[in-house]
Amino acid sequence: MKKASILLLLAFSSIFILSGCKKSDVGKNGDVYVYNWGEYMDEDVIDIFEKETGIKVHYDFYVTNEDMYPKVKTGAVDYDLICPSDYMIQRMIDEKLLAEINFDNVPNIKNIDKTYLDKSKEFDPENKYSVPYCWGTLGILYNKKMVKEPIDSWSVLFDKKYKDNILMINSVRDAMGIALRYLGYSLNTTNKDEIKQAKELLIKQKELVQGYFVDEVRDKMIGNDAAISVIYSGEANFTKRENKDLEYVVPKEGSNVWIDSWVIPKNSKNKENAEKFLNFLCRADIAKKNFDYITYSTPNSAAKALLDKETQNNKVAFPDASLLDNCETFHYLGQKMEDYYNEQWKEIKSH
Amino acid sequence: MNKKTFLSFPYLLWMVAFIVIPLFVIVYYGFTAMDGNFTIDNVKSILDPINLKSLWLSLELAFISTLICLILAYPLAMILKGMNMNNNSFIVLIFILPMWMNFLLRTLAWQTLLDRSGIINTALTALHLPTIDVINTPAAIVIGMVYNFLPFMVLPIYNVLIKIDNNTINAARDLGANNIQTFIKIIFPLSFPGVVSGITMVFVPAMTTFVISDLLGGSKILLIGNVIEQEFTVSNNWNVGSGLSLVLMIFILFSMALIAKYDKASEGTNLW
Repeated sequence: MKKASILLLLAFSSIFILSGCKKSDVGKNGDVYVYNWGEYMDEDVIDIFEKETGIKVHYDFYVTNEDMYPKVKTGAVDYDLICPSDYMIQRMIDEKLLAEINFDNVPNIKNIDKTYLDKSKEFDPENKYSVPYCWGTLGILYNKKMVKEPIDSWSVLFDKKYKDNILMINSVRDAMGIALRYLGYSLNTTNKDEIKQAKELLIKQKELVQGYFVDEVRDKMIGNDAAISVIYSGEANFTKRENKDLEYVVPKEGSNVWIDSWVIPKNSKNKENAEKFLNFLCRADIAKKNFDYITYSTPNSAAKALLDKETQNNKVAFPDASLLDNCETFHYLGQKMEDYYNEQWKEIKSH
Repeated sequence: MNKKTFLSFPYLLWMVAFIVIPLFVIVYYGFTAMDGNFTIDNVKSILDPINLKSLWLSLELAFISTLICLILAYPLAMILKGMNMNNNSFIVLIFILPMWMNFLLRTLAWQTLLDRSGIINTALTALHLPTIDVINTPAAIVIGMVYNFLPFMVLPIYNVLIKIDNNTINAARDLGANNIQTFIKIIFPLSFPGVVSGITMVFVPAMTTFVISDLLGGSKILLIGNVIEQEFTVSNNWNVGSGLSLVLMIFILFSMALIAKYDKASEGTNLW
């Protein structure tokens, strides 16, 4: 459901941008153009910011990193603040699309837990370009009423018993990454032989799955449409709230840990306003408000301290640090390798 | 300056800005590699077995959908024609009414209807009937296409049918033709232009859709529209995407030319 509404909004917002902003649309202290995932910020936060600073926030959505990337790369629209994932940030740094953040304007960076800044070094080696916003893992969300056995392995995704009861993730690297980890390889492998094995596995799996989804998983799992799905930990928090039978697990073979961070593109025209907004987002009360809304784990330790004890101890939202050791972030593998992954994925999809 | 030419100026401007120039951009991308050099590899990529398979599947589903639309639409257009003038505008309105709602929402509604625990299956279960399992299959995509594109088939046929002079039909009757003969020899040939434009208006969007196949096919079924969409978004390869679009355009032009030719041929036989 969400995907469509996002598409619609996107269509409308692009019309808006193309038509140029009307006079009344410009904030008295300037503007900031923010480009974010759908449902990835409590929009009350934007109102608060506009009231506090008089800066007008123009807010657009995207569905995947890959939707966002060409828009920024071609410079079709100048955004000031974007929230891509780890591997995309690495790629954008490589391609010199990002500006260094002036941390003098972002004092609230002190609220961000060191652990995540260190993990960020996998894609932003000097922590110069990005500020972590949300993080999470990829795992299995399953319905305890429909799955009697305890799940701790990716193997259930390839189990004939669950034919037509599996929702696979509709994302190249995530889906391939699962197969690779299940086969015991790194999810950043560039070994074509390993990638081919993963492809074969996913082709075999295709007849077992209902379909490939991302946004629809929430509704389908809440509505008991499937027993097993692959989804990000943050979605798990939300869906568990709505349907008590659901359980989330990160399989023992290891998985992907991802970090979505704020970055400022080089062609930003309102860099200072972007930093102001970024600083605002790192403020404890605002980060908590966003956490309550999006339910994805926050790297903001000051915000975590504001939560009630029960949430702080929630293992899905804040898993043990040891779990992260078994998980990898995605790396950008270069255009050629990414193309190779995409080709394999296309082959799976068309099979 | 001729007044008529002057009036067409705004549209000419529109056409250049939003049809001609984009078309050139697509041709440019389609025939260049990522480094800007001339190549025909992008167009040739249609021969890749994966792309060929998607193209074939798209043709197949578009053909089935068009056929179903035609079978549903023709009798309906006949019924509409048979009604008297005051009523039929209302009935036509009812028919167009769903089109006032966004096409994405209508397709999403089908998702909700067809889902495994969707509205149809819930109703069937309540009646102790076996449930249907069409979501995420080609059948669901065909349902979505027929539903969305049916009005495009009905309206052109209806428009042609109401213009047929009743005197021609009466004359056929006078000369001893029965209902079937009248239909085969008079009504259908005269309505053929409407049928042709209906077929084009259904076949072309059905052939190129990627939203319907995504929403109702669970992303499991890759049509040529999806392939092109993936090239532009996921792979960020505008060149191959444009190359494939060009091939698709050629296919559509070809099918339109074929139909137009067929149309002309039938006009010749109107003198039966």
